Amino acid sequence: MSKIKSVFDSLLKSQAKALIPFVTAGDPNPEMTVKILHALVDTGADMIEVGIPFTDPMADGPVIQRASERAIANNVGIKRTIEIVKEFRKKNSHTPIILMGYANPMEAIGIDLFIELIHEADVDGVITVDYPPEESKEFVEKLKSKGIDSIFLLSPTTEDKRIKLIIEQATGFIYYVSLKGVTGSANIDIEQVTERVQNIKKYTKLPIGVGFGVRDANTAKEVALISDAVVIGSRIVQEIENSPPSEMIEKIKALMMDMKKAIEKQEMTG
Amino acid sequence: MQAYDLPDQFGHFGQFGGTFVAETLIEALNELRDMYAKYKDDPDFLAEFHHDLKHFVGRPSPIYFAERLTKKIGGAKIYLKREDLNHTGAHKVNNTVGQALLAKKMGKPRVIAETGAGQHGVATATIAARLGLECVVYMGLEDVKRQSPNVYRMKLLGAKVVPVESGSKTLKDALNEALRDWVTNVSNTFYIIGTVAGPHPYPMMVRDFNSVVGKECKDQMHELCDRQPDAILACVGGGSNAMGIFYPYIDQEKVRLIGVEAAGHGLETGKHAAPLSSNSAIGVLHGNRTYLMQNDEGQIIETHSVSAGLDYPGVGPEHSWLKDSGRAEYVAVTDDEAMAAFHNLCRVEGIIPALETSHALAYAEKLAKEMSPDQIILVNLSGRGDKDINTVANLSGISL
Repeated sequence: MSKIKSVFDSLLKSQAKALIPFVTAGDPNPEMTVKILHALVDTGADMIEVGIPFTDPMADGPVIQRASERAIANNVGIKRTIEIVKEFRKKNSHTPIILMGYANPMEAIGIDLFIELIHEADVDGVITVDYPPEESKEFVEKLKSKGIDSIFLLSPTTEDKRIKLIIEQATGFIYYVSLKGVTGSANIDIEQVTERVQNIKKYTKLPIGVGFGVRDANTAKEVALISDAVVIGSRIVQEIENSPPSEMIEKIKALMMDMKKAIEKQEMTG
Repeated sequence: MQAYDLPDQFGHFGQFGGTFVAETLIEALNELRDMYAKYKDDPDFLAEFHHDLKHFVGRPSPIYFAERLTKKIGGAKIYLKREDLNHTGAHKVNNTVGQALLAKKMGKPRVIAETGAGQHGVATATIAARLGLECVVYMGLEDVKRQSPNVYRMKLLGAKVVPVESGSKTLKDALNEALRDWVTNVSNTFYIIGTVAGPHPYPMMVRDFNSVVGKECKDQMHELCDRQPDAILACVGGGSNAMGIFYPYIDQEKVRLIGVEAAGHGLETGKHAAPLSSNSAIGVLHGNRTYLMQNDEGQIIETHSVSAGLDYPGVGPEHSWLKDSGRAEYVAVTDDEAMAAFHNLCRVEGIIPALETSHALAYAEKLAKEMSPDQIILVNLSGRGDKDINTVANLSGISL
């Protein structure tokens, strides 16, 4: 069983929801990324999304674009991203790691080599933002053969027919993009998200994570009430961008604890 | 030979093309694909399209025999398809008229576009004004600085120009930003892409609208010379002017199709914008799979060309297919060669060509010499060079 599934299974038993933070590998530098990953786990991350820096991240808003630019300035690309995961794995073998990136870097080093390398680094899942299911059947099969989950995005505009097509290929969990826009966009409409998530649940037993617009503890709480996982990306990257190096880890921890508390609180009442 | 019928229903030209976008854009692309399929052969839609091409753009554009240039070079006769005489000064307007009409049919009150040199932005702003659509144009900050007259032209036409400060602050980043806008405003917005790149159906749709160029050439060459050219030349950045003139000729195998890329400071220097001629690797960018200038970890590398319109790291997927299939040839000429051809055409023929077009002209001069006087080269004179006079003056050490 994949680590992602077992984490969700055990959360389900205690009726808890997963907190999934996102950081870009190599932002602000490779050493700090490893420290940040451990800090995220210490403060309640159930799994972590690690972004692969890319020069042209067309689905990302300005905050994550700048994170990519900082990482690339540090010479971090797809191979060093995997090295960073390996470094993290030296001290942590239990927290699922999901790589999130764009197709071109993966194809550039070769899909087979990419999968071999991430398998070695004990990566648990992959989100390839610009690989819709129609263009990625072979990729998904290859990941599956190594026991790595393929996580797909569903958007507010995805029609029911297409939801069925996507869940046929998806494993691990479904990532529901909570708004029309790029990462870190304006606040989400929780009523609409609730309705959409319930609709997706009709088609799949896979857990559903919600991301792209969770900016504060209150939103995290509302999202946790209606989904299985809360993804927090731009908000964490903002802390990396705005904090002096000496305070960065503490700032991230404080934000994470806020989010974690908000998610846990609703468990007691809900 | 089997009639040419690419792309397939998924937008694939062999291994190239396709739909590589985030899920957030898929429904918008499906809607566009369906609406384009509905209107592309609709007689009323086509009548409206051709009416505007005739009365608003000024088509058909003439073919002109460059007699003095031919004499000066020696060799094959050089003919020019005068897209520079179109309203707004380039071929770009052909496909924007088509896309804007489609936007109108789809009930989208707002259009967006990306632009490099500003020609596609100006063409989009122009047709948006003509049809009463709101228009937002994304333009890299570097290009906003380099092309200030075109920025002002767009503003005069009522468009909002948004400088893009991410990445390399040029055309590819403007395209990223336009895609981000589209994701956010899908319900009321039509994205008018300026070249034969992007996700399906854009490469096909832009080609189809712009193929009016090649279709006219077939009739005009027949009328003028009673035969078709031996070779057709066009510059290739994204490749829309080349696809527009190549496409109707793909099935005529005797006609050589030659795309001319920007070799910048020289292919060997790495400072160029010639993914096809420099044997770049295949990759995925802006929604399609194609030859792409990138490093060995798939980061897109910065390109260089004296002409902003060719300064793009990728190329339309159909060109990648035409290259691999051998149906078209691709070559590259340097900034200096293009500049020399620019000055040549100005002085010998009284036509100021765009710097993009000057690349095709430079190769035409080389090729003509190798051919005999009874042979014919047709160059797509894709745009006029008025927009480039500041760049040319700067390069000549003159401040205007």
